[in-house]
Amino acid sequence: MIQVNHLNKSFGDHHVLKDVSASFEKGRVNLIIGASGSGKSVLTKSLVGLHEIDSGEILYNGRNICTMNQYELRDQRKEIGMLFQGSALFDSMTVEQNVMFPLTMFSNMTRKEMLDRVNFCLDRVNLEGRNNLFPAECSGGMQKRIAIARAIAMKPQYLFCDEPNSGLDPQTSILIDSLIKEITLEYNITTIVITHDMNSVIEIGDHINFIYEGKNLWQGTSKTIIQTDVQEVVDFVFASQFMKDIREQLK
Amino acid sequence: MKLISQIGKYFLMLWMIFSKPEKMRVFWKKTLEEINLIGVKSLPIVALMSIFMGAVIALQTASNMDSPWLPEYTIGYITRSSTILEFSPTIISLILAGKVGSNISSEIGMMRVTEQIDALEIMGVNSLTYLVLPKISAAMFFFPVLIIFSMGLSIFGGWLALILSDLSSTDTYIFGLRSFFRASDITYALSKTVVFGFLIVSIASFYGYYTRGGAIDVGRSSTQAVVSSSVAILLANFLMTQMFLLK
Ligand SMILES: Nc1ncnc2c1ncn2[C@@H]1O[C@H](COP(=O)(O)OP(=O)(O)OP(=O)(O)O)[C@@H](O)[C@H]1O
Ligand SMILES: [Mg+2]
Repeated sequence: MIQVNHLNKSFGDHHVLKDVSASFEKGRVNLIIGASGSGKSVLTKSLVGLHEIDSGEILYNGRNICTMNQYELRDQRKEIGMLFQGSALFDSMTVEQNVMFPLTMFSNMTRKEMLDRVNFCLDRVNLEGRNNLFPAECSGGMQKRIAIARAIAMKPQYLFCDEPNSGLDPQTSILIDSLIKEITLEYNITTIVITHDMNSVIEIGDHINFIYEGKNLWQGTSKTIIQTDVQEVVDFVFASQFMKDIREQLK
Repeated sequence: MKLISQIGKYFLMLWMIFSKPEKMRVFWKKTLEEINLIGVKSLPIVALMSIFMGAVIALQTASNMDSPWLPEYTIGYITRSSTILEFSPTIISLILAGKVGSNISSEIGMMRVTEQIDALEIMGVNSLTYLVLPKISAAMFFFPVLIIFSMGLSIFGGWLALILSDLSSTDTYIFGLRSFFRASDITYALSKTVVFGFLIVSIASFYGYYTRGGAIDVGRSSTQAVVSSSVAILLANFLMTQMFLLK
């Protein structure tokens, strides 16, 4: 599990994360939701050490990554899989090479074993047989799925997904959501998902952190989010009239 | 002030590049790819430049030889020594700073702004070593090869120009080429090339790696990379000429 205590992060004068504390537990899907620009991506990037934070603690099973040296940090990161908001596929490599990349760098598998693993991961995101395409030849949704396949190739202990289903059609969206949920339960890993998708919030939100202007304003589950009366949450989650009606019925 | 902090950051980056690659096999494979990319693919432009360079040096020398005291073989001698000492190593390196430098800087810069470098780091890969070390090794190994090739073609270009415009004969030219020859000149020229290769690749990588923003910034970095590495080459050339030739 990952425990965050009193995290602060600013860029110059711009104070983005304000005293954020949260805990992300193992074996469940932890969601981070919030408006555009509220600091969700900055929070996740801080969690994995891509941003240096100003103050606070980030504990992976009790070990503070902020005080790790670069070698310890690299070792810790080998347990992390991450899906970036913009996919971040290596565009000089094919789909197969992308997914295989972490395996070639860090595993001692034979080529055959690696290929099996790659095909297995591609299968899971419904992209079997697309091994030899280049990222530029894939649609945005396909790129997302390739990136997920790459993130899970090494069987990570921690999985971070920055908007895994933005830009996907509803069906693929649901497919990705259930894939993330399945992987989380199957391997009993700590999963953190940033999302805007209300469907995901209700479907897979075992635990939800609502970030509002850089603060962790509200925490709860997909059940309690329907009942809450915190105005910012209600305004965000049930923004449209349609959603408001649904809320009334669910309550 | 900004310059000093930039230079400090540059040396810090060099320090981080030189650590052991995660997988030696991957490193060798990437180095071979880079030799092809930044070395072999530069052969045509180097060839073109060198032939014309040699031709112009020979013609210039020939046309300035109106004094009867200068023997005709001076043309070959001058063409050879200026080619080997300065024109091939320095001018060709400047050309390569433009071609290879902008290429490297925009490639790495693009990887930075599309978060590919973050993706490498997240996997636990040392992105600087992974991306830059093979390029530096490739350049330091292959630039000397390019320069030897350039020297040969430049001298050939000189001969071709002289013969075509009937300014000298093959025998005299070759006699000139062979007079007062010092093998140490070649060693000196190749050592310079290794330094230039290192400067071009490391400076271009520096600007690419620390790009922030989007496509516009990638373009800006690559311009800065070319300017800075050209200046670095000129400075280094000046220093090395002082150290080696005038001692
Ligand atoms: N590298 C950076 N340098 C300076 N400011 C940054 C940087 N990255 C993010 N910010 C600022 O931090 C704030 C939060 O950005 P962030 O990317 O976390 O938003 P987000 O919640 O992920 O939004 P979205 O849902 O649109 O992805 C923004 O105001 C942004 O301007
Ligand atoms: Mg974001």
